[in-house]
Amino acid sequence: MPELLEVKDLKTQFFTRDGVVHAVDGVSFELAAGETLGIVGESGCGKSVTALSLMRLIPMPPGKIVDGSIMFDGQDILKMDEDDVRAIRGNNIAMIFQDPMTSLNPVLTISRQISEALELHLKMDKAEARKRTIELLELVNIPSAKKRADDYPHQFSGGMRQRVMIAMALSCNPKLILADEPTTALDVTIQAQILDLLKNLAREFRTAFILITHDLGVVAGMTQRIHVMYGGQIVEKADTGELFANPKMPYTWGLLRSIPRLDESRKAKLLPIEGLPPDLIAPPPGCRFEPRCQYRREICSQQVPELKHIPNSKPDHEARCFGTQEGGWLVNTDWRHDTGSAKELEAIKAEVADLPPEVKRIEAAEEDK
Amino acid sequence: MEAHAKKQMLKYTIRRLLLIIPTMFFVSLITFGLSHAAPGSPFEGKNENKPIPQASIDRLNRLYGIDKPIQEQFVLFLGNAIRFDFGPSLVRDRNVTEIIGQGFPVSAQLGVQALLLSLAIALPLGVVSALKQNSMVDYGSLFFATVGYTVPSFVIGIVFIYIFAVNLRLLPIVGWGDLRHMIMPTFILALGPAAVLTRITRASMLEAIRQDYVRTARSKGLREQVVVVSHVMKNAMIPVATIVGPVTAGLITGSFIIEQLFSVPGIGRLYVTSILQRDYPVIMATTLLYAFFIMVANISVDLVYGVLDPRIKVGK
Amino acid sequence: MATITAAPSQQRAIDANLLSRKQRSLWQDAWWRLRRNKAAMGGLVVIALASFCALTAQWISPYDPTAINTPLANADPFFAGTKYVDSHYILGSDQLGRDILTRLIYSARISMVVGLVPTAMVFVIGIALGLSAGYFGGWLDNALMRFTDVIYAFPDLLFVIIIMATLRNTALGEIAGGLVLIFVALAIVSWVGLARLVRGQVLSLKEKEFIEAARATGVPTKRIMIRHLFPNALAPVIVSAAFAIPGAMLAESTLSFIGIGIRPPTPTWGVMINEGFVVFSQSPWPVLLPAVCISIVMLAFTFVGDGLRDALDPRMKL
Repeated sequence: MPELLEVKDLKTQFFTRDGVVHAVDGVSFELAAGETLGIVGESGCGKSVTALSLMRLIPMPPGKIVDGSIMFDGQDILKMDEDDVRAIRGNNIAMIFQDPMTSLNPVLTISRQISEALELHLKMDKAEARKRTIELLELVNIPSAKKRADDYPHQFSGGMRQRVMIAMALSCNPKLILADEPTTALDVTIQAQILDLLKNLAREFRTAFILITHDLGVVAGMTQRIHVMYGGQIVEKADTGELFANPKMPYTWGLLRSIPRLDESRKAKLLPIEGLPPDLIAPPPGCRFEPRCQYRREICSQQVPELKHIPNSKPDHEARCFGTQEGGWLVNTDWRHDTGSAKELEAIKAEVADLPPEVKRIEAAEEDK
Repeated sequence: MEAHAKKQMLKYTIRRLLLIIPTMFFVSLITFGLSHAAPGSPFEGKNENKPIPQASIDRLNRLYGIDKPIQEQFVLFLGNAIRFDFGPSLVRDRNVTEIIGQGFPVSAQLGVQALLLSLAIALPLGVVSALKQNSMVDYGSLFFATVGYTVPSFVIGIVFIYIFAVNLRLLPIVGWGDLRHMIMPTFILALGPAAVLTRITRASMLEAIRQDYVRTARSKGLREQVVVVSHVMKNAMIPVATIVGPVTAGLITGSFIIEQLFSVPGIGRLYVTSILQRDYPVIMATTLLYAFFIMVANISVDLVYGVLDPRIKVGK
Repeated sequence: MATITAAPSQQRAIDANLLSRKQRSLWQDAWWRLRRNKAAMGGLVVIALASFCALTAQWISPYDPTAINTPLANADPFFAGTKYVDSHYILGSDQLGRDILTRLIYSARISMVVGLVPTAMVFVIGIALGLSAGYFGGWLDNALMRFTDVIYAFPDLLFVIIIMATLRNTALGEIAGGLVLIFVALAIVSWVGLARLVRGQVLSLKEKEFIEAARATGVPTKRIMIRHLFPNALAPVIVSAAFAIPGAMLAESTLSFIGIGIRPPTPTWGVMINEGFVVFSQSPWPVLLPAVCISIVMLAFTFVGDGLRDALDPRMKL
């Protein structure tokens, strides 16, 4: 199948007063037409920056896409001039943002905000655009759409606003939708409705979509494949079923351990991943997860692991881990029972406890904020 | 819905307009109390070399009703003020209404010219400097705004007089009449408000431009000009509109100094001289006029605010 | 690495990302940002210089500020070139032959006092009333809001002018050449704005979770107000103080300029401009020099205010 989207070695950096933040550091992936992909990772791992880079919406300055290529429909988005990129935005690639409270313009009516793209890309006149807008609002299940089209965003609930965002994204029938944490700001009960709506409409419109989230539970039933990101890099790629059944990267194990499960005995504890995500101004020299990894060895801090196929797994299953790759020490590890050696991590924590008071005060002051 | 909102707004407007009356009452009470708190009669000490005999002062006091107890004077004042009768000036041999009627058009013209000029300077400057943040234009307009905001207007006025009137002899030093007289007072009166408006415009443009909905607008593929005009500016103008009230007040206080400096025959200068001469009727009438204007300006701002920002429910 | 002096164990913890190294507390961060702001630091230097002049005026100034020397009136300053004939007065003399440099130095004293004293008065009143009105609501809050409505119908300066003009000849107006009356007039007018600002802050903070948490755990009211509400409302209050000081100075010089501020012969920049304006077309320096002084000091305070605002809360407007 010809690929719709082919991202190669994407590097996006932010130039701040503290130094260069390597927010996205060599990300590559592909997506076929109509395919669905989940990108999962903690906040600050570079998943949103990846999505914004795809549409060239990175604020410049301080941001800059420094390297790589983004082939969309056979053309490199990074080499286009501004006019060509605009012709793609909203038309071929649309985006749904995280916070529906702030992502809609408070002083423009709903219909104005949806019609805008229709008039621009599909060259509709005002009346046609309005008619289409109402159809779209009905499609995303807004009750009495005709009347509510002239309302302002503040008259809608959070869930309704996210429906409006979906309608807006679908308006020009794009080939690809980027949904950046579309349900994080919503109530749990509304989350499921919005996700269902997104999935069904994308299938109906044959639209490919990339769902970006920090919550493995959200992507489970939504996408065909999942990529796990950590510290600006993709650390594991697999089919959704494969990833849940046979994960091959200690970071993914950590993520899975921190999801509550109904099918396990009550005794199974939720294990958080200790420590903080890496500082992307000066990332760890070896594997980026090494400082927090309970299974680490000497090599992990000295060499950078590559994203490689993993033995005993499906052919397109790749992970960035010396331990699980060919000949590694984790090949036969059962992650559900062996939680690794916490000894070294304990030692570090003990050192922190002995730190001079002024260092701890920094921590405390940070909490006050 | 629409009709209901309109009715709501009308009710609100009427209520606010009615609230002017008690506020005016308190304004008169405070001003009256304060201006009569000074010891002695206003007719004393006009000419320090030749003191007026006490008998004449008493006669004058009686003539203008200043010998009565202060409560009685206040009640009399209120009764007349309702009919826009403020009596004769204590200093000039004319009616207060007449004096103000003569000065008002001059001050109004000066004020309106200055307001328009300040908007004409501030809006483009604020928008451009926000769009080109940290450019030379931005630094230039920040410099202008800082100087206009900090350096006292009478200082700038003096420097202008020195350069344009004394040294270059391009403009008349003082007075009022033709266009050449108006240039310096209008510009200098406009400077302070223009500086404040520039700062506000720039700040609220910068605030609006980094909002999530601007990113949404860009993600639709809109051209940058469209994003700026219909998404950013529409939001950024809301805070700008809200300071038109304070700007009006600023123009009024500015006019005291500017009219004094350039000898403009408006009510600002009249006001300052009346205070120095303790001309009570003029002080009272002018204060009430100013208070009225400021209240009307504030009410209009609130109404405009309700129109500009759909989130604000006027009447709540 | 950012922390050069980190102990080995600390460095280890940093490397392990157990400690974050680039984070500072709100106040540390604000100070760091303020120090990087060149305009604000320049402003602080000017303010320090003006304060020095104010404190040591009687020792550093060459003459008596009110000593009249009519034969040497209207002398030009040294930069006036060939016209500078009399080396007694570096910056020249005014129409009564008083040394301009001396008068400028003494004026700094009045300006600093006028900037600081009413601001301090306003702060005590404004914070106390604003906190109470915002926290307790009820009649106190209502009274405050109604009162501010009336005050807002007066432009500040108009109100100050009325107070100054009417009370000038009373006992209060005679103290220290009218200085005390200026304090009182400025304080009466400006406490309202600050009280309203604090009240608004408290109202929005009151809804925040950490206040609710404090209340739910039984922290006494007084402690909530002092330990929780006040520090969090402080940033905008500090910024408004930074702008109130030059505001008061401007008011003093404006009043003195129109002749109802400080009484001559006490020198202030406004008084000097007022007096010099009469002979402006013959000798501009007695007017221009104090004008330059006011402008520089006003700019300095504004730069510091701007810097503080940016440092404490970059999102705050004007």
